Amino acid sequence: MPRLESLGEWERELLLDMLKEIPAYEGQPWVAGGPLARRRVAIISTAGIHQAGDAPYADGMAAHDYRVIPADVQADQLVMSHLSSNYDRTGFQQDANVVFPIDRLQELAAEGVIGSVADFHYAFMGAARLAGLEPKVRQVAGLLKRDAVDAVLLTPV
Amino acid sequence: MGRWIEEEGIPTTQISLVREHTAAIRPPRALWVPFMLGRPLGAPGDAPFQRRVVAAALSLLEKSAGPVLEDYPEEAPVPADVDGGEFACPVSFSRPVVAQGLAGALQREVAELAPWYDLAVRKHGRTTASLSGLAPAAMAQFIADFIANQATPVYRQDLAMALALRLVTQDLKAYYLEAVAVQPGARAAQAAREWFWRETAAGQAFFQLRDACLQQMDEAVKGFGARSLIPLAIAPRPDGYQKK
Repeated sequence: MPRLESLGEWERELLLDMLKEIPAYEGQPWVAGGPLARRRVAIISTAGIHQAGDAPYADGMAAHDYRVIPADVQADQLVMSHLSSNYDRTGFQQDANVVFPIDRLQELAAEGVIGSVADFHYAFMGAARLAGLEPKVRQVAGLLKRDAVDAVLLTPV
Repeated sequence: MGRWIEEEGIPTTQISLVREHTAAIRPPRALWVPFMLGRPLGAPGDAPFQRRVVAAALSLLEKSAGPVLEDYPEEAPVPADVDGGEFACPVSFSRPVVAQGLAGALQREVAELAPWYDLAVRKHGRTTASLSGLAPAAMAQFIADFIANQATPVYRQDLAMALALRLVTQDLKAYYLEAVAVQPGARAAQAAREWFWRETAAGQAFFQLRDACLQQMDEAVKGFGARSLIPLAIAPRPDGYQKK
């Protein structure tokens, strides 16, 4: 899973319907980088997660806003206020790293597989409209550059 | 999202859960994983498994050309104590709900699950049922009150009703699922979902809540009831709300 054939009819129809919203992108962006062992890595999650004290993801235009997750976050302080009910949350309830692998990233940095872990990571709520998300994501890219990030791991939900 | 960040000059890699979407978007680098929606790293509580997935996604950053869309070869492990059989919650909710009133049945369920929920909070050192700020009994009360009377005032003045309903229902569902997850006889996510929606007063209340929301003039409340409350794995959306 979720191979489409493994889902129920109504879920499958919605996911296929979402294909129609994807614009026909032109070109193929590609930025080369150095060895992984020297990269500074940040996570951007679209799982609608945030720290327990942060504002939950709202509806409408506010659905496009991001939340900042500092690298020293305790993964067990993260909660989820995503709009959708169409995915499993029990995995996240047991272990936030199954959605936001910050502890795994710290381990890979300690082992020298990656260079370092960024000071700040970001979360969006993936049910937000693509057109509204784009300027916010580009804004976050600017913030990542100021944190000297040269590798981003995007995780869905 | 990967395309936009790459256009801004930062290399990206990503985990993909819906291969068809990723193939259409053509992000620079993506690793498709054969895991259920909601678990991009595959296996809760299995750090070595998660680390292999993260390392595989990061390794795509060293490819020399793209776009890259690779398939991750490893399936998520099935917990050893899931036997695939019918899941029966050891807390037996007595029926019929209708005779005793839904509000009362909800409150009784919440009380019966309390020791398991408390155990879950101690085990994990956390709860995700904290969005609304309400105690579990108050969550159940608000939902029952709203079903009975949609003029029920929102429980927090800083929240619009649609958001208040979303947070309180997500909290109550998390309360139930966190509680049953620590009971003897672990079960697969799908079995717990079936139990919540088909066998509990809470599941029954959520269907009634959807009907109550659909009667509202507030489009955000209607939209919440139609799209965000009941998973498509359980029921189709009402007529007129099939699209995202």
